Amino acid sequence: MTWLTWRQFRAQAIVAAAALAVVAAALAVTGPHLAHLFDSNGLASCQARGTCGNDVTAFMDQFKAAGDAVLFWLTAGLVFLAPALIGIFWGAPLIAREIEAGTFRLAWNQSITRLRWLAVKLGLVGLASMAVAALLTLMVTWWASPIDRAIALPAGRNGAPGFNQFAPALFVAHGIVPIGYAAFALALGITAGLVLRRTVPAMAVTLLLFAAVQIAVPLWVRPHLLPPRHAVTVLNPASIDGWTAGANGYMNVTAATDLPGAWLLSNQVLTPAGHTFTGPAPAACVSNSAPVSACSAALGRLGLRQQVAYQPASRFWAFQWLETGIYLALAGALGGCCALLIRRRAP
Amino acid sequence: MTAAIAACGLTKRYRRTQALTDCTLSIPTGRVAGLVGPNGAGKTTLLHLATGLLEPTSGTIEVLGSRPASGPAQLARVGFVAQDTPTYAGLSVADHLRMGERMNPGWDAGLARDRIGRLGLDPAKKAGKLSGGQRAQLALTLAVAKRPRLLLLDEPVASLDPLARREFLQSLMEFTAEQQISVVLSSHLVADLERVCDYLVVLVASRVRLAGEVDPLLAAHHLLTGPRRDPAALPGDWEVITASHTGRQSTLVVRSGGPVRDPAWTASPVSLEDLVLAYMTQAAGAEPGRKPILEVAR
Repeated sequence: MTWLTWRQFRAQAIVAAAALAVVAAALAVTGPHLAHLFDSNGLASCQARGTCGNDVTAFMDQFKAAGDAVLFWLTAGLVFLAPALIGIFWGAPLIAREIEAGTFRLAWNQSITRLRWLAVKLGLVGLASMAVAALLTLMVTWWASPIDRAIALPAGRNGAPGFNQFAPALFVAHGIVPIGYAAFALALGITAGLVLRRTVPAMAVTLLLFAAVQIAVPLWVRPHLLPPRHAVTVLNPASIDGWTAGANGYMNVTAATDLPGAWLLSNQVLTPAGHTFTGPAPAACVSNSAPVSACSAALGRLGLRQQVAYQPASRFWAFQWLETGIYLALAGALGGCCALLIRRRAP
Repeated sequence: MTAAIAACGLTKRYRRTQALTDCTLSIPTGRVAGLVGPNGAGKTTLLHLATGLLEPTSGTIEVLGSRPASGPAQLARVGFVAQDTPTYAGLSVADHLRMGERMNPGWDAGLARDRIGRLGLDPAKKAGKLSGGQRAQLALTLAVAKRPRLLLLDEPVASLDPLARREFLQSLMEFTAEQQISVVLSSHLVADLERVCDYLVVLVASRVRLAGEVDPLLAAHHLLTGPRRDPAALPGDWEVITASHTGRQSTLVVRSGGPVRDPAWTASPVSLEDLVLAYMTQAAGAEPGRKPILEVAR
């Protein structure tokens, strides 16, 4: 059975291996340049000099100018898309094609039970899927490690806005979660194929369901995987990075945080009584003639506080493991569904 | 001796259609049994129940004394060639033999190679490029080289031209004679089965209408022609299967234990085709709760 599964899967495996080789070559060629930028900007020793903010900015500017940024987002996109492609092109046809061609009748009348037939298919293609995702994410994570190290530096986030490893687009493309996604997408595709019995509809349903899960999880599940940390501090006027003052004295203030690499879930400015600050705006802030510093100073005299809910950067790997575990468990559950379906009734 | 297929009250219902109704039969081992009936009569359903591809809605079926597909040992004892003889289009003939070898402990590699060689199939050719007849032969080779004790064939010759049909059945006969195995073969054409079967099952509209050894069945049925008579006036030990009447003459197919002695009738032996057609006609005219004696123009 292992031989037959491999023989049927061989062409797809070769395509995947070729694609991985191309990606590996592109990353191997450009990777050293990124490491060189990290060193040449002195990021390794910036903490001692206290210049990390400016150094990271310089590093990121050179990174963008070199065109590495394009490759960075391309590879992140590739890691993000790979599980979906695996689900659509490996998962959905795996059983649906056998049903369409009637070949399951041939396979199920050899001297092996259909549960074993399913187990070998799931096992072999499942391992291949996880291996592809693992290799891809390993290569991309290695390649992007100078950026991950840069944004983890104090003030690094300010130097590289948007490059937070918790940002949905980066979280799903680095670390180990792609392995969980690949296993889940594959199981989803196989189950869809078994239920719908047609390859093309199964591919479409796999894409839709996987996309829905990939949208729902970062929005509603991931923030609650671990209880967030809360911090309430006296608002430092120097950290105010923006305000809007409107009619009727309404005012909204936002302040920066110094939590490098952390995932901010909420960041509010509160009144001494503990309510969200919405005004009244101090006179210095609505006057057209007063300088910006006067408004900051006036806000500083109000005794405002800053309340932050966040997941610290140190939890990145805890989140990666938790989410990977959840997706692997889902994949296992779908595999169990397939076994039940295939035992109960023939297509 | 256990039966090749023993069914008791076997029923399979799909959501709306009744595919097989209350089927009770016992096909002995060592026979080549023909399963005949019009399209949609339930032949494929019966064979799929026998291979374990389907589960019965109610009733039981045992194949060689065990539940179908109950484990690797049972799967090894039953060879099956499905309708349209599915093969993996992207795999070569040699790949298929290798698959058979890997997936069947009792695989007879020599037999498989010999058959492929004798058929003149190119081992390197992809199964998708084979003709219908060649594909059927490949599927049959896979089914026989696992050395089953029972071979189930679902309309194996339906898609073949007459020459390929004859060759296929001939090679099947040679093989069964050599290997002493039981065969159940379905077809909607009686002509396919006439030369090969020694046991007959007629299936019409999801029910078994007739089952038994071919020779005793032929001996027990008579094709009678004679002056027109009221069916009620016929001897009590005659079971009239079909009766057709013209103005003066009646033609009957009857089942009777003994020979026909009434000189008013001209008796002639029935052919297998006459017999099957008679039972199909009877079933077509039968309505629930009525004695199935009707006038049918043939």
